Parts: sequence; C-alpha cells; structure tokens
Amino acid sequence: MPETLIPALDELTAAYAQAMSDPSFLAEFDALSADYVGRPTPLYRARRFEAEAGVGPIYLKREDLNHTGAHKINNTVGQALLAKRMGKPRIIAETGAGQHGVATATACALFDMECVVYMGMEDVERQSLNVYRMELLGAEVRPVESGTRTLKDATNEALRDWVTNVRDTHYIIGSVVGPHPFPLIVRDFQAVIGREARRQILEVEGRLPASVVACVGGGSNAMGMFHAFVGDEGVELIGVEAAGHGLGSGHSSAPLSEGRPGVLHGSLSYLLQDADGQVAPAHSVAAGLDYPGVGPEHSHLMDSGRARYVSVGDDAARRAFRGLPGLGG
Amino acid sequence: MSVRPPQGRIAVRFEEVAARGRRGFVPYVTTGYPSLAHTREMVAGLAELGADVIELGIPFSDPMADGPTIQRSSQGALDNGTTVDDVFDVLSELRRTSDVPVVIFSYLNPVYSRGVETFIRDAVEAGADGILATDLPLGADPALEEELSDSPLDLVRLVAPTTTPGRIREIALSSQGFLYYVARTGVTGARDELRSALAREAGAVRSVSPLPVAVGFGVSTPDHARAVGAAADAAVVGSALVNRLDEGGVAAALALARDLRCALDEVRG
Repeated sequence: MPETLIPALDELTAAYAQAMSDPSFLAEFDALSADYVGRPTPLYRARRFEAEAGVGPIYLKREDLNHTGAHKINNTVGQALLAKRMGKPRIIAETGAGQHGVATATACALFDMECVVYMGMEDVERQSLNVYRMELLGAEVRPVESGTRTLKDATNEALRDWVTNVRDTHYIIGSVVGPHPFPLIVRDFQAVIGREARRQILEVEGRLPASVVACVGGGSNAMGMFHAFVGDEGVELIGVEAAGHGLGSGHSSAPLSEGRPGVLHGSLSYLLQDADGQVAPAHSVAAGLDYPGVGPEHSHLMDSGRARYVSVGDDAARRAFRGLPGLGG
Repeated sequence: MSVRPPQGRIAVRFEEVAARGRRGFVPYVTTGYPSLAHTREMVAGLAELGADVIELGIPFSDPMADGPTIQRSSQGALDNGTTVDDVFDVLSELRRTSDVPVVIFSYLNPVYSRGVETFIRDAVEAGADGILATDLPLGADPALEEELSDSPLDLVRLVAPTTTPGRIREIALSSQGFLYYVARTGVTGARDELRSALAREAGAVRSVSPLPVAVGFGVSTPDHARAVGAAADAAVVGSALVNRLDEGGVAAALALARDLRCALDEVRG
C-alpha cells in the first residue's frame, strides 16, 4: 500500500476494534441485519437436487434472499455504519458483477452518504442492470477503461480515488482482500452466514454437516461460511474456484489452484501472475469471480490443509446454472 | 538511532550537491516506453545533462499509486514485452559510460516474484544503487524491509502528507540514500500548480531527516522545480517527462530535463 494510506488503515484498525467492543454498535448492526437486510436467511433442503445428484442431504444457505439479492450487504451495512462512526461522509467501492456495488449503494442510501462505485467497462456492459440499480440508489458509477477493464482494474481505480480523497472517504472493499484490516473486517461482517448455518443445521439435522461448499472469487461468502466451522475438525471445507476455459488454459480465475504467492492490492496471497511478477488477467463467465488474487486467509486455510480448493469451468458452471432452477425453483 | 554513515554513490552525490549549495535533480523513466531504445537514449542523455539520481522504473501491470501517464507508459512497456531483465540490461549498458546513481523504482510484486535475494543480487550486479518500492511502507513486511536495508542497495522510503509526525521521524531515520516526500495526497501525474502548503510541509520533513529530502508527485515545470528547490534538497520529475516523450520524443524530453536542471541550479544556498 502507498504510504499515504497507512494512517487511514491505522485509523480504521483502531475504529474497528473499538466498534466491535461497543455493545451499542453491535446492537445497531444486529438490528439492521434483522430488520433491513432480512436475516436470518433460510437454510433450505434441496430434495429434488439431492435426487438428481444422488447424494444428500444437501442444504442451501439462501444468501440470495437478503435485501439486494446477495450476501454482499452484510458487509456493506457493517462498513457503512463504521464509516459513519469515523465521520467519513463519502464512500467508494469497486464492483465486478455489480452485487457489491448495489449493496454499497443501498447502504449509502440508508445512511445518506455520498457513493461512488468503480466498475470495469466490460462489467458495465455485461451487468448493465446492476448499473441501473446503483444509479437508481443515488450512486455514481464510474466505468474503468484501464487494464483488463474488470474487477482488478476497478479495484486499482478505487485505490487511486482513496489515496487522493483519503481524509473524508472510506473505501468499502467488497471481499476478504486488500490491505489489513479489510480481510478481517469483511470476514467478521460475513461470519454471520456460517454462524446461522451452523445453528440451523444443528436444529434440523442434530449434527454438523460432512462438508461445507462455497464458491471463491475474492472469497467473502466462503470465508463468512467457513469461519464458524474452522474449529469443527470433522467438517470438510471446500472452496470452488472458477476454472474458466480450464486450468492451464491461461483463461481461469483460480489462483489457489494454479497461482503462486504474490502481492496485489496490499495483501500477500496466491496470485495469477507471469514469471516476471506481472499480474495475469483472470477470466470467468461469472462476472465478479474473475479476480486474479484471493483472500489471504483462504491461502492460509489451503496451506494448512484445513480447507480444500477445487475448480469448476465455465461450461460446467453454465450447466449447473441452467439445471438447478428446474430442480426446485 | 545513529545516522548511517554515507557510503553509497547516492550519499556521495548528495554530499557533492550540498557542498556546492546546489539542488538535486531526480528524473524518472519507465523502462521500455515507448521502446528500450528510447529508454537507453533517455538515461544516457539524463546522465550527461547532470541528473543526480535516475529513477529507473520497472513497469508493472497494476500501478495503483500512479496516475494516467505512468499507467499508460507502464502498460505500453509491458505490451512491448519489457521484462525485469531488460531493466537490468539497460542499467548495465548505462554503467559502461556513466556512474550516475540509479534507483530502481518498482512495485513489490516483481521484486517478490524474482525472489528478493536474487533481485538484490541482479540489481547490484547491473549497477543499481538503491530501490524505491512505492507499495512497501515502513512496517508492512519487516523481514523483507530488513533484507533490503541490509543489502548494498539503499532502501529509499516515502513520506506522505498524511503521515503523522511521529511516523515521519521513524521513516526518516530508516530511509537510506535520500528521503522522498510525496507532494500531495493522490497518485503521480503532471499538474499545473503545486500546493501552497508544500514548502512548509517539506521544511518540516527536512527538519527531522538526517538525509536529503527529495520532493515528487506533480512536479512538472521549471517554476515547480524552483519552488521545490527552495524548500527541499531535490526535485523528482516523472510524468511530465513521459508526457514530453510522447509529444516530441527523446529530444523534447531531454530539453525539458535540461530546463528543469537549469531551474534547480538557479536555487542556491
């Protein structure tokens, strides 16, 4: 990270620690999670999908039923609340698919904060509905033309804005990536996913699951889910990366599967890069999973053997996307 | 903490600069932009016209501390296939004709990727005197920072306008060669005006630094150079030279460099 941001990161670290030990902050966050976000989300047993897959029981943690349609809002409400507490009236964010941008714009509308979202031009084009939603919520969407014109470059541009406007601006990073303390903050605000799921599965099944599976781009939903289960040694943790056109094709988003350690956006983690340390473009049919890095805690969980990471290519992902709705809606 | 005795080429050069009551001129060049041939010509010309330190940039795919100009030059250099080896080759070649101090300017990942030990060895072999890693602030990676500090390369540190007074002192005491003061909150790039508070801030940094203080980010014109020269020991110019290189080639960029050199030489004492 550039030196200019170090005082802001130190300030954020201190403000976050203070907020998390302040009962009134936690009470406000919990109340918003319930009344505004719509938590807890259901844990639903997908019986027709089990029959098709030939294994089971399979439960789906329905984060799509949160307000705005994704888990991203767990983090944006938490961080916006934190920014308000820090007296920062202006919010910036990066977005890939647009889900994090929509969730950030939503939190800013809730708290009446100025909101600027950086989005790669390619994503602006393929996710135009989310651009419309962000604008409807009062956010300004700034298309990013540099580099690969996707999430990585939107993140660069958001960092450039932050380094310029750091005194009155908070940067809401959308995943468990970026410089410390962001991977920690995002994980903690997303950890509600795993806490609820663990409680819910114990209620309905009377035991812990054999495996917990989640997709990994930067890895925020996976980290939020895994965190509650890390101490449960019998529970297998499986992260699924996007293999794009296939591992080894040069068109994937699977740094844990085929990257090597490197530094991008302020953290040391597995990274898609060439022999010279230049960051390689990531590809996935899923906008937002196409990030060449991954949260450092996922790298740690892989290296320690606690979690296992596999990958699924574009074609298999498309088949699953088309198949699942017909097997239970 | 004791002040490190001057030993490297950078320290020697800055002592000469100070002894003559002059100000240092530190131009930046993106290696490989628009071609390696241009870079060779640029660095030879800069050495000849009296640059005190040359910042030789390794182009990086994700230059998050840089504005549009250096993003463009970095991407252009990478599109041409420029590698870290090329950067060291340009430097080796320069060393045949010049002993101008050279600082390698890089983001962390190309250093990390090559292996820090190998990077240091290759850089020293090529004739580098220092390294400036814009995304390696004090305390970010103590082991790596120690490895660089203990190497023959000077680890040049940056102070920003947002850096707290206590931290400014810490950074000043750990920097080697010189101390780089970032002239504004933001990214690199040519500007029409310098901030009015810059002289006061640079003076405050200088008062706690045992090393010469160079000011960069937005320093673009001879007028800027004079203003920086009045407040600090040296001026760093990057984007303005790259822009001039785009507009009029090496000759035009070197003409601007000469004007900047002359402007700094008008500041005395």
